[in-house]
Amino acid sequence: MQQYLYLIPALPLAGFLALSLAGRRLSANLIAGIGAGSICITAVITILLGIQFLQSPPETGVWQQTLWQWFHISNLSVDISLRVDALSLAFIFIITFIGALIHIYSIAFMRHDRDYARFFASMNLFVCAMLILVMANNLVLLYLGWEGVGLCSYLLIGFWYETPANYKAANKAFVITRIGDTAMIIGLFLLFKELGTLNIADILHLAPEHFATSATGISLIALLLLAGGMGKSAQVPLHTWLPDAMAGPSPVSALIHAATMVTAGVYLIARMHTIFELSPLAMQVTAIIGAITLFTAGCSAMVQTDIKRILAYSTISQIGYMFLALGIGAWSAAIFHFFIHAFFKALLFLAAGAVIESLHHEHNIFKMGGLKNKMPVIYWTFVAGAAALAALPLVTAGFFSKDQILWYAWSAGNGHPVLWAVALCGAFITAFYSTRLIVVVFWGEMKTSISHLPPKTMTIPLIILAFFSITAGWIEWPHNLLHLSLFSEHIQHVLPATILQTHLHGEIFFQLIAAIITLTGIYTGYLLYHLQPEVILQWKQRSALVEIREFFFSGWKFDQLYNNIIVKPFQFITSTNKSDAFDKIYNGIASANLHLNQLFSISQNGSLRWYVVGVLIGILFIITLQLLL
Amino acid sequence: MILIWMIGILLAGGILCWLAAQWFPVLAKWIALLTVIADMALACTFFVVYKTFPHSDNSWFIDYQVNWIPSLGISLHLALDGLSIVLLLLTFFLGILAVLCSWNEIKEKTGFYFFNLLWTLAGISGVFVAMDLFLFYFCWEIMLVPMYFLIIIWGDTNRRYAAYKFFIFTQAGSLFLLLAILALYFIHGQQTNNYTFDYFSLLKTVLEPTTEKWIMLGFLIAFVIKLPMIPFHNWLPDAHSEAPTAGSLILAGLLLKTGAYGILRFVLPMFPEAAASIAWWAMLLGVIGIVYGALLAFAQTDLKRLIAYTSVSHMGFVLVGIFSFNEIAMQGVVMQILTHGISTGALFVMAGMLKERLHTRDITKMGGLWTSMPAMGGVAILFTMASSGLPLLGNFIAEFFILLGTFNINTTLSVIASVGLVLSALYSLRMMQQVFMGQPATTTTVKDISARELIIMVALSISIVALGLYPQPVMDTVQHLSFTIHPLLHE
Repeated sequence: MQQYLYLIPALPLAGFLALSLAGRRLSANLIAGIGAGSICITAVITILLGIQFLQSPPETGVWQQTLWQWFHISNLSVDISLRVDALSLAFIFIITFIGALIHIYSIAFMRHDRDYARFFASMNLFVCAMLILVMANNLVLLYLGWEGVGLCSYLLIGFWYETPANYKAANKAFVITRIGDTAMIIGLFLLFKELGTLNIADILHLAPEHFATSATGISLIALLLLAGGMGKSAQVPLHTWLPDAMAGPSPVSALIHAATMVTAGVYLIARMHTIFELSPLAMQVTAIIGAITLFTAGCSAMVQTDIKRILAYSTISQIGYMFLALGIGAWSAAIFHFFIHAFFKALLFLAAGAVIESLHHEHNIFKMGGLKNKMPVIYWTFVAGAAALAALPLVTAGFFSKDQILWYAWSAGNGHPVLWAVALCGAFITAFYSTRLIVVVFWGEMKTSISHLPPKTMTIPLIILAFFSITAGWIEWPHNLLHLSLFSEHIQHVLPATILQTHLHGEIFFQLIAAIITLTGIYTGYLLYHLQPEVILQWKQRSALVEIREFFFSGWKFDQLYNNIIVKPFQFITSTNKSDAFDKIYNGIASANLHLNQLFSISQNGSLRWYVVGVLIGILFIITLQLLL
Repeated sequence: MILIWMIGILLAGGILCWLAAQWFPVLAKWIALLTVIADMALACTFFVVYKTFPHSDNSWFIDYQVNWIPSLGISLHLALDGLSIVLLLLTFFLGILAVLCSWNEIKEKTGFYFFNLLWTLAGISGVFVAMDLFLFYFCWEIMLVPMYFLIIIWGDTNRRYAAYKFFIFTQAGSLFLLLAILALYFIHGQQTNNYTFDYFSLLKTVLEPTTEKWIMLGFLIAFVIKLPMIPFHNWLPDAHSEAPTAGSLILAGLLLKTGAYGILRFVLPMFPEAAASIAWWAMLLGVIGIVYGALLAFAQTDLKRLIAYTSVSHMGFVLVGIFSFNEIAMQGVVMQILTHGISTGALFVMAGMLKERLHTRDITKMGGLWTSMPAMGGVAILFTMASSGLPLLGNFIAEFFILLGTFNINTTLSVIASVGLVLSALYSLRMMQQVFMGQPATTTTVKDISARELIIMVALSISIVALGLYPQPVMDTVQHLSFTIHPLLHE
């Protein structure tokens, strides 16, 4: 079966090529057929390959296919080569399966857009780049996918390029992630210098021995790779691009937040886990960054009024959980949360897109309301998604993935009570804003009239995603409740099992606490936005609270900070030197010559008397010189 | 002999263009096109035959020598190795495109225009194959003078200033080159009693360290002005922005490359110790060029000037790569020479197309052009991304090799140079945004690219993607480069 691996990235690529070269001459149906069809076929192929992989796993645990040799010089040899193991299989499945649903949804959603073909072309390329990223067998090819993802996010965030806010958001996404990417590529150089290879399997194989004796470089390498991951995965302090990235069409947000792009960092760290394990420092930093991110972004999500912005901050926060899990060494928990998060986050964005579309492009949740009975399908699927986001115990998939992280945050080898406490705080906040979303958007009275209801091609993907948001968690149960852990068994072929601290017991208490906290969060949201909305009105009178709200609302003022310490000085320096200081030197030389020329040309005035005087002075000068000497 | 033909075809074609245009002005461009295509075919043949040529010990594939002025030891010595072949391919490829993009742009004195174009190309291809220093200098000047005419006659409003500046800067460099060549000639003559300008004889000259350093600097200064290196880059933005489209294409794509070629062919093999002694400074100036050029590119509002400053930034990579004396970086330098020629050439051609339509180069007066020119917008994305070093495109391979190779030699400078990747994203996106995004600045509809323009763009696009996905053939062709700079590589 492994000879068919190339089809997985090749089909989306073919879709991109067909649409970008001939897109403008094709009919809308054909465009939709090519655009969504290519991804759907890829998803089917992936599922078939996945079944094959699970039924009869290869002895080495890896399927590999080399397409051609990219380049080789001296000791550097890099192939265009694909590699699939348990970890990449989980990612490929999510990318293609959720990608396919998003594409199907987009057929109707984007139907009336002028650039229908350009949209599907970019979406296909996005999926292709992400697939290359997770299937690459060496870091250079991974970097190709990595940058490709950046390019596609740029193209899609700025899809409606005529509005300044959109292209600014696109530029911001590209530049901020590029900063992370540059750190990452320096990490690659360092890896090559130390190990002399960029092949992932070789690196993981050689690193433990090589760095056992010289542990100096390893932390630096791990931190540089982490910086790359932070850029793409929108972790503090490189997270500011993601809230703005919702400027793109809703399916794009769904794709960026669920299936591609932001999970790239999680993949990179999981892929290079050996490097991280060798550096306790990098692990700690990863966990701390995850914790900080999940908390700060959660706070911002609580007070946003734009439905997509709330979801964007919630993504940052959830990816924070994944980083936390990676940092404490709970590898499979991190990947499992990615797996579950993809379903419900895609669902939430697509449902939000449907709501926005039906309400004349209204983004503000406080101008929505009362949609519960008018749009029942959207309502119930959204509730499923929000419940999974809030991690409603036992009935939603989100519970199973997040509960693991909460438990490991304390109990894992690198765990710490503080990390646990922050994660618990985050769980409360998440539950709170999820409830707030439901209550404000769907309950109460209607504030904006509905223009049209979404067609079936949009609602069916929602129903499928809702189904998985509820049920996908049941493949992995907490050990003390049920011995069923299909996912972690699968992942542990690649990633090491989580090591627990020996002295810690009573997982059930942790679960109970988490469940209670979640339910409290939900109840608080219900209380504040449904039962006693006057409390919030009272709070709005208090200036201190308003200021805090303002601070959270602006995303902890990161944008203002960067604006003041980086953007403005940069613009000042470049605009001051626009005409190139060196030019002044050369123009100075030129004008000095001109002046000299003018000075000497005074003597060349055609007057005979001047010349005679000149000659006489010359003679006198020579004679005196001779006399003196 | 075939090399004489190669240059001769161009020279004769140029004269023919001039003559033919006296009666049929339309004929000139067809003659020019056929001439360059003939030479392109020749270069392709070289490339194919070179692959089968057993170049284990001798990398010189064609070596042709006849006396020219025997009393002074000057001969017509032309030779070809892998590096020359690759550069000739680039020369004629861009040459064809230069003719094509002048197709409708040039309306006055077409005959003389194509004469100058072809003679510049002849000079450039001569530089790449001349193995006699006198002949080399001769070609070095031949490419300069017609280029001067191209700028001053068919240039834009500020063309006189630009042409003078271009001429004086490069001529000043040439003076040092001439002095250095003569010094080498006499020293070698005194030592061996064989007064010759022959490259291979002069290669064996034994020099005092101080003399070696001064002569090396003479060569180097001519080459780094062409490259250009900070602080000798000031001729470039003016010349590039005022020249006609084909002129900018040739300047950016080829003329700058003769500087890099000169360092690779002459400075490193002839003066290895002296080159090694200033390597750190050269790399430093290269890195400064990368950052400084990018900062200036970001601030520009004149589209062609902006692209010109990106050249300064990209050629900084070449300087860094050359003086790192690392095998991987050296391959990166050759790749950078090719890919920068293609990608920046494409950007200049695009700027020319925009100017033809909008009659301005000011990007603040553009905007929203993607709507009326979707195809052009797509191509623009491709080449701005190439310029910002996106993998999959050739420029990435080049910059990746240079940075990777340099990293082992000088980590700090390599890391600073990597910052160029972020800066290149900044100026590339700004250009894209100002020209193609936002609200349309004019209400008049702008025509998308025509069939002829499409051919140019498709050719450039295919080559940049091909170099990004499968650079190995080029790298195999210049494999021997690491042997010619062998003494430096392993220090």
